[in-house]
Amino acid sequence: MSTVIETIQLRKKYGDYEAVKGLNLSVPKGSVCAFLGQNGAGKSSTIKMLLGMIHPTSGSGTIFGHRIDRESESLLIRQKVAYVAEDKRLYDYMSIEQIIRFTRSFFPRWNASLENSLLERFELPPARKVRQLSKGMRTKLALLLGFCRGCELLILDEPTEGLDPVAIEEVLQIVVSLASEGTTVFFSSHQIAEVEQVADRVLMIDRGKLVLDSTLDQVKEGYRHIEAVFPEPVEERDFRVAGIEKVRTNGRTVFLLASHNVDTIVEHVRMLRAGSIDVLPTSLKEVFLEKVTARSEHASL
Amino acid sequence: MFRKPNPSSGVPIYVQLKEQIRHAIETGALAAGDQLPGIRSLAETLVINPNTVIRVYRELEMEKTLEIKHGLGVFVAFRRSARSKTEELRDAQQLMRDFVQTLKTQGLDEGEIRRLLEAELNEMFQRR
Repeated sequence: MSTVIETIQLRKKYGDYEAVKGLNLSVPKGSVCAFLGQNGAGKSSTIKMLLGMIHPTSGSGTIFGHRIDRESESLLIRQKVAYVAEDKRLYDYMSIEQIIRFTRSFFPRWNASLENSLLERFELPPARKVRQLSKGMRTKLALLLGFCRGCELLILDEPTEGLDPVAIEEVLQIVVSLASEGTTVFFSSHQIAEVEQVADRVLMIDRGKLVLDSTLDQVKEGYRHIEAVFPEPVEERDFRVAGIEKVRTNGRTVFLLASHNVDTIVEHVRMLRAGSIDVLPTSLKEVFLEKVTARSEHASL
Repeated sequence: MFRKPNPSSGVPIYVQLKEQIRHAIETGALAAGDQLPGIRSLAETLVINPNTVIRVYRELEMEKTLEIKHGLGVFVAFRRSARSKTEELRDAQQLMRDFVQTLKTQGLDEGEIRRLLEAELNEMFQRR
């Protein structure tokens, strides 16, 4: 499968603060790739670098083979990529009808039938001024403008923020239908449930570093939550086995998050004389919380 | 026809969907020759990733549960028998029981029957 987005050691510093610390990303064509991370993890900085809106401090990246840090190739990227920003900035003085007409004039591959169906599904009144729209409507309009462009790659920053559950389902459905036509979708989100529903790949970043790069099926099939109770209190350092991602001890009880190698880990736990061992499936939410909780624990030290 | 998979369960969506299709075939809700929804339409209805639907259809095709006819669509395959795996195994067990009984009445003892059976199995499955 060919690669749509690729970055090598991508780095961004704002003064002394390093927001993105050497990211190696790879997003295959035709995938719906979720980009997860806490606020301030470096998601938006990464997206802005991909789009050429800010310049990387070091490292490089390509979209459809075009260099993201070259002014001359930036136009080629923008022709193929639709981006819906987090702040959903739109021209306030235009009406919905006007902004659609204005936007479509730039894009020869504009999908007019999708435009009509979305106007209806999103219940957007064509004559209303953008200024008078509610937050939800604004988001829907911004998404409509992105969805209808007929792009090859769709980058969405928090696409469903501020939408009600019905609208979220509509948006996810459109994402799915664009993906079945071959559009690659790269979206950042805080909503783990929607990620689990439509994404097939997941990238997780924490403090500017990649902490997970996997398919969703691999996460569900590979990751296990192991809970064991020992006759004596145990310590974290007893659990240094390949595949153990996180260890939490609570007296005689131990919680392990394993990414692979589960059989060996269970064998190891058994050798430490655990009285009871439970191996449970885990959800993306749990994996996310385990991968990023180190941060808050760190902060409290 | 299919329920939306539960995305937050620990079971991958493709496994859930596969189970649903198998179940529909076992209960007779889908019969041999019936057409399944297209990839895009099923992905849209269930609001799941189209690559997941593709994976499910491909794997079920490999198991000979479904048949993909290019340009036409996806259909429930005609099986050699429409019986479920459990029924097949139950019938096989009966055949085996009768067979062992026959050998026993012909005067072979347990060790001899076991050796013959193992030799035969080795012959059939291991020398490939």
